[in-house]
Amino acid sequence: MLLQQIINGLTIGSVYALIALGYTMVYGILQLINFAHGEIYMIGAYMGIIAITFFIYIGLPDISIALTLVLTFLAAIIFTGAYGITLERVAYRPLRNAPRLSILISAIGMSIVLQNYVMLAQGARDKIFPHELKIGGELIIADAHITYTQVLIMALSVLMMSGLTWFIKKTKVGMAMRATAQDRRMAGLLGINTDRIIVITFLIGSILAGAAGVMISMYYGIVNFYMGYTAGIKAFTAAVLGGIGNIPGAMLGGILLGLLEALGAGYISSEYKDVFAFAVLVLVLIFKPTGLLGERISDKV
Amino acid sequence: MMQDIKKWAFGSLWLFILTIPFLGIINALYFLVSLIVLAILWFIYKPFEQNILDVQSKLLQLPMPSIRWSLYFVIAILVLILPFISDQYITNVATSAITYIVLALGLNIVVGFAGLLDLGYVAFYAVGAYSYALLSTKAGLSFWAVLPLSAIMAAIFGIILGFPTLRLRGDYLAIVTLGFGEMIRITLNNWDSVTGGPNGILNIKGPATLGLSFSQPHHYYYLIIIIGIFTIFAVNRLNNSRIGRAWVAIREDEIAAEAMGINIVKMKLLAFALGASFAGIAGGFFASKMKFVSPESFTFFESVIILCMVVLGGMGSIPGVILGAVVLIILPESLRGFQNYRMIIFGAAMVLIMLFRPQGFIGGVRRRLELHPEDEKILKQETESLYDVKQK
Amino acid sequence: MMLNKNNILLETKNITKTFGGIHAIEDVNLHINKGEINALIGPNGAGKTTLFNCITGFYPPTKGRIIFNGEDITGLKPHQIAETGMARTFQNIRLFAEMTVMENILIGSQCRYRMTLLGAILNDKRTKNEEREISRKALQYLRFTGLSKFANHLARNLSYGDQRRLELARALATEPKLLLLDEPAAGMNLNETKGLMELIKKIKDEEITILLIEHDMRMVMKIADTITVLDHGIKIAEGTPKEVQKNEKVIEAYIGRRRRTA
Ligand SMILES: Nc1ncnc2c1ncn2[C@@H]1O[C@H](COP(=O)(O)OP(=O)(O)OP(=O)(O)O)[C@@H](O)[C@H]1O
Ligand SMILES: [Mg+2]
Repeated sequence: MLLQQIINGLTIGSVYALIALGYTMVYGILQLINFAHGEIYMIGAYMGIIAITFFIYIGLPDISIALTLVLTFLAAIIFTGAYGITLERVAYRPLRNAPRLSILISAIGMSIVLQNYVMLAQGARDKIFPHELKIGGELIIADAHITYTQVLIMALSVLMMSGLTWFIKKTKVGMAMRATAQDRRMAGLLGINTDRIIVITFLIGSILAGAAGVMISMYYGIVNFYMGYTAGIKAFTAAVLGGIGNIPGAMLGGILLGLLEALGAGYISSEYKDVFAFAVLVLVLIFKPTGLLGERISDKV
Repeated sequence: MMQDIKKWAFGSLWLFILTIPFLGIINALYFLVSLIVLAILWFIYKPFEQNILDVQSKLLQLPMPSIRWSLYFVIAILVLILPFISDQYITNVATSAITYIVLALGLNIVVGFAGLLDLGYVAFYAVGAYSYALLSTKAGLSFWAVLPLSAIMAAIFGIILGFPTLRLRGDYLAIVTLGFGEMIRITLNNWDSVTGGPNGILNIKGPATLGLSFSQPHHYYYLIIIIGIFTIFAVNRLNNSRIGRAWVAIREDEIAAEAMGINIVKMKLLAFALGASFAGIAGGFFASKMKFVSPESFTFFESVIILCMVVLGGMGSIPGVILGAVVLIILPESLRGFQNYRMIIFGAAMVLIMLFRPQGFIGGVRRRLELHPEDEKILKQETESLYDVKQK
Repeated sequence: MMLNKNNILLETKNITKTFGGIHAIEDVNLHINKGEINALIGPNGAGKTTLFNCITGFYPPTKGRIIFNGEDITGLKPHQIAETGMARTFQNIRLFAEMTVMENILIGSQCRYRMTLLGAILNDKRTKNEEREISRKALQYLRFTGLSKFANHLARNLSYGDQRRLELARALATEPKLLLLDEPAAGMNLNETKGLMELIKKIKDEEITILLIEHDMRMVMKIADTITVLDHGIKIAEGTPKEVQKNEKVIEAYIGRRRRTA
């Protein structure tokens, strides 16, 4: 029972972590909560199902299931990436110097637009992940069942997170991102094209969220147009828990939140599952707003 | 010009490609065509932009005090006789519009005046409605006793939410209030023994006074008009008081406000509590009119709609917020066919307003000071300042 | 310098403020006499603004006490300190940008009046009278600082020099005993600086004590009665302008620094 809950928690936690990374990276650079980020994840989930349906239509799975899955992920992240940078271009960039309240309202507006756009385009009813491409089978350890889907989710998440860490630490663009996060004006003066860095940040965040969306649709087998809202808040909670703006923090926060939720749902009450996440968010913000790994920030007078 | 055409062309094509998987190729093409039409309209409008803006600003200046007051007078008369010149349906829509005016004005205290972005405002509406429902069904109290209690309950929740969150930065506050709103809704949904869970509470009594028990839509209509007038009156007084000024100062610069002796914790709590209590009153009224409350009426989208009214109308401006509430309730009602597009239009409007007219329909213009005539005279004499003298 | 116990308005005792190990100010003892203009000078990063922030309650001092007008005000909140009769301006102007000039000053002058919910909503006679007094006073400060003609302009539309003056007017409107000015002449042209000096003298004539951070040495030497010099968070000198000008350590702090950065 305990082991099972832990496994479930790790699975859902890695998804939260992937989404949380998008929040944290954008926050690190723009000090802005990308309110519409949850919708990008939702779009990823839809995109996965749309792509698979298309591939089934053209008969690709008959040739190779693995190839179909790879192409599905690819299609999903290309589109979520494109949606992410469009979002930045339309709703955020023109407001770069506007009051925070304006940016936040524009972000909320964008989130509503995306949600309802998907509802209108794809219908209000839940969409089902095509069963032809469900990965069956499971491992049994002690009396816990680990499905191959769960293994895939965890493995892919670890892979992407390591990739991101490498990218941020080792590549030129990654270093420019860190510099921009430190001090955007200074980075600009040093010849870094900060607008480009911001676009790249949105791109990466959206790609991760898109992949998370596809994985969750495989895991739950069902998606709907409002799934981005709760998942978004939870991932944001994860980012805050780890220390917003801090990349390892977002990963840690995601995993912790996933575990907490799975254990809370298992041992306390599953109806109030979503309340746990909010409670964690409120408590962290009040008692340790810098999160577990965040640095101290003090307002300058 | 060439640049603009390129931008539109590229933008339309880009959005077209993005929407293909979701809309399907046919609908995406329709979408592309409508974008092109939009672009053409834009290019027709562009050369006249300045003229239109000029006319618009002239129109805004036009209402001289006397004209403005006669306009208000006509509106007031229309509002008062509405049930007699229309049908029940319209009376009901108007009742709901005024309920939203009360809500939006309450939220305006928090967001517009004090600058605290509250995304969970509907929670206070819910607290008011459920307080009313419970007190009237379980405790059997009358409407007139329960309505103030609903307001007080909501105010208490406002303080409960406000107290721990005051230190938070603006966007954190937004998220926490959002979480708070959800927590309230989830609790209402699951605490079956008290709230009736998803089924809600039924058979709520309506108000009765002087032997008249409220049964007709126009009874409620006049009741909400009284509540609405009280709200407008109180919020307007607050706006023009030291308290209102202090709120705006906090919104503009918290640190400077503190240095000017403003107790920001107290003032923010006051904003939360007062904003919440208007939502509580609206909630109590809602419960008494509907005779039924359930968690479904208090979703995040309700918060968004109310926020939209405040933002669209013009944060901090009372006439603006009233206009915003009326437009957002009446417009979707009159465009029944667009029901499905309601939310997407709201969302797009929020973005567009922030991009092109952040001050809303009627910006929160601070009033010119109205001085006593003698002071006015002194002020005029003093145009030669100490400063100018020194420079000679 | 005379150290007359009854004449001291503000005294800091071993005020220390550290930011994560960095001593922004260390053991600073300050005595400010009633009615004088005191200048606080020192190179960039010396800790002058930090000292202001400690005195006005924005930073809790790591160590030390602050005595104002015979009362220990250490640990009080900024708004409480404002009520005790201290007002300040900020190095990076902080106005209520979307409010009019008059309203900015009203915020200052309403500091001495209670705010009650009932009063606001009922708008009774007393509230009305008080409100009238408040705007009378505000008008007075508007005239005093020569900003009358801008009364109905939005604060953000003022020129830089006028914004500085508005900040000063707003601080004055709280009717302080002690006025703390953080680089009021920064960014002003020659004429504006001259006007500002006249204004500061006028304020002194109103028996308001002034503590002034300023980099413009000519101005400091002309108007200050006493000068305190900070360097690297430590008080290295104090005295009359003449005394300080001759002080070895001060010369070293300024010239030495300049040589190093040149
Ligand atoms: N909030 C803060 N957090 C961390 N360090 C700070 C903070 N405020 C000030 N400091 C540090 O304290 C030192 C003193 O700064 P302060 O602003 O008081 O100097 P100053 O004398 O006012 O300089 P200037 O003439 O440039 O205004 C500096 O090294 C500064 O970096
Ligand atoms: Mg300074």
